[in-house]
Amino acid sequence: MIKILKYSFYDLMRSRWSYVYFIFYLLLGFVLLFLNNEISKAVITLMNVIIVLVPLIGTIFGVMYFYNSREFTELLLAQPIKRTSIFLGQFLGVASSLTLSLVLGLGIPFMMYGLFRSNAIWDFSLLLVTGAFLTFIFTALAFNIALSNENKIKGFGYAVLLWLFLAVIYDGFFLMSLILLEEYPLDTFSLVASMLNPIDLSRTLILLKLDISALLGYTGAVFKKFFGTDYGLSISIVILFLWTILPILSLKFKASKKDF
Amino acid sequence: MQFSYSLLFFLFLFCGGSVYGNTIEICESCPVRSIKEGISQASGYDTLLIKKGTYKEFNIVVDKPLTILGKGYPVVDGEDQGEIITIISDNVTVDGLFIINVGTSYTKDYAAIRVIKSKNFKIQNVVLEKLFFGIYLEKATDGIVYHNKIIGDAVEEFNSGNGIQLWYCKNIKVERNHVQRVRDGIYLEFSDEVIIKNNVSIDNVRYGLHFMFSNNDAYEGNTFENNGAGVAVMFSKNIRMSDNVFRKNWGTASFGLLLKEINDAEISGNIFEENTIGISIEGSNRIKYEKNSFTNNGWALKVRGACYGNSFVGNNFLYNSFDVSYNSKLNDNVFTGNYWSDYTGYDLDKNGVGDVPYRPVKLFSYIVNRTPETIILLRSLFMDIIDFSEKVSPVFTPDNLMDGAPLMKKVQ
Repeated sequence: MIKILKYSFYDLMRSRWSYVYFIFYLLLGFVLLFLNNEISKAVITLMNVIIVLVPLIGTIFGVMYFYNSREFTELLLAQPIKRTSIFLGQFLGVASSLTLSLVLGLGIPFMMYGLFRSNAIWDFSLLLVTGAFLTFIFTALAFNIALSNENKIKGFGYAVLLWLFLAVIYDGFFLMSLILLEEYPLDTFSLVASMLNPIDLSRTLILLKLDISALLGYTGAVFKKFFGTDYGLSISIVILFLWTILPILSLKFKASKKDF
Repeated sequence: MQFSYSLLFFLFLFCGGSVYGNTIEICESCPVRSIKEGISQASGYDTLLIKKGTYKEFNIVVDKPLTILGKGYPVVDGEDQGEIITIISDNVTVDGLFIINVGTSYTKDYAAIRVIKSKNFKIQNVVLEKLFFGIYLEKATDGIVYHNKIIGDAVEEFNSGNGIQLWYCKNIKVERNHVQRVRDGIYLEFSDEVIIKNNVSIDNVRYGLHFMFSNNDAYEGNTFENNGAGVAVMFSKNIRMSDNVFRKNWGTASFGLLLKEINDAEISGNIFEENTIGISIEGSNRIKYEKNSFTNNGWALKVRGACYGNSFVGNNFLYNSFDVSYNSKLNDNVFTGNYWSDYTGYDLDKNGVGDVPYRPVKLFSYIVNRTPETIILLRSLFMDIIDFSEKVSPVFTPDNLMDGAPLMKKVQ
């Protein structure tokens, strides 16, 4: 598995797309810092970008890589290598190269603008950790989709739809249900609902750092316990881990069942 | 002419002589060993010099114009019996005492130092610990409360008292005091022409500063931090608040500053930082807000209704979750020339003023007002999209509520 991981990783490192992705983040970081002049404000803007873009790129890239390397995968399958290690190796290669581009692309400009001397460093590292989690989650989801759909167009369609659903539509339903059910106590419901969507979950995680004063404005014991203590942070991270592991397990399961 | 001058001179000498009276020393080995004894022996305008030591006394009544001066912070221990010093005479100075263990009562407001119906008093350099009420001014006028330190151990509202309380007072200066962990740091009721300056009021159970029915007062340069509910100013006219710092007042009913029924006030140069609500405004009219900074608050301004003729000019709104929240469609307040960190417009003519107006009220803040749980959707893409569409064509937010001349750079 390590060998395949290494191969995928180096293959991607040499490919154009990784550089495009890296340069995109590099530019984004510089432009944000240039326009904002202040690290703490740039971190807030960056959060909006990471929450939306990282999943999108993870999904598209994952599906694309899977379909492109399909012939190579079939070749590997003919060799005496365990199936799970082929797919897991490929997945880890893609996800880790994307994460590397993200971390380096954003890290370099922020470091040059004096990140270590500012007090935004914790917010920024939380942002990068969340970005890494999102990359892993969405690449795994994309691999799942690509593995279940032979048809490329269909696969792409589902992947984009998945992103659109989790990034935008889910929140729309969420908001509607909160407003429709407003007579009932909703704090547990809203927390659970935001746990069920990895994008919402990472957003919550970042809110805990950036907007804690607004979040504490709501009257409710459950909210207060969740946001007011470390309880919220630890639960969010645990569930984010679950979100990463579950698609990987499903990928493993699917890969071993699939008839090529 | 010559004669009248010399008469004046003699008069002055005579009066001066009576102001600087005798000094009575009080210590454990002196002839006078307690403060009460000292007061009974002293005549008007004498000085009681209290040497270092512990004096277990309470209900000390100062009924003559005396100067009570502590040397090396003598401890006056009330042993939780009741009130410690009660001043009922004019021209009394209390300086340099360390007063502890004021009695707690559910029927009487025992204070460490109480001033009743007196003029020209001065309370300075006093340290109060383990207190119920600290310095309680009752119908007193023309006095100074200067550089005192009040450190309480309050936990609950019902069995704790206020640090500095003014009740029916007039023309008092409260300056450079440090008040910590009491119920209300500084409390004013029916007190006019009071100046509250450069005090620090932190970690109090209820309010850092509490104002009721007090007119023509000023408070400036104070710091209010981490108080249960921040600062409340209610039912008062002509208040001037400037250069204060309101920080870290977090909680569901917590404000940097709560204004209720305040008319004709001036709020300028204050800093509101990391509060759940920076200023909560209710029924307040004709208030000028100038050059304040609102940084990292949940809500910078929460306007609850019946607020007319207020103007917000030249303020900084930086990185607040919500800049302004309104709960009605009616707006009679003016926002102009402020800096908003969320402003995304441009300045083509480079005059430092943005070319498109800024709308500080987001649709999302309406939704949160209605269904508070939706706060969890803060900063989500979906909310940004509907906020954007509301910005383009306002339906729910007052369409005249906007800053027509948003600044491109921070106000210094």
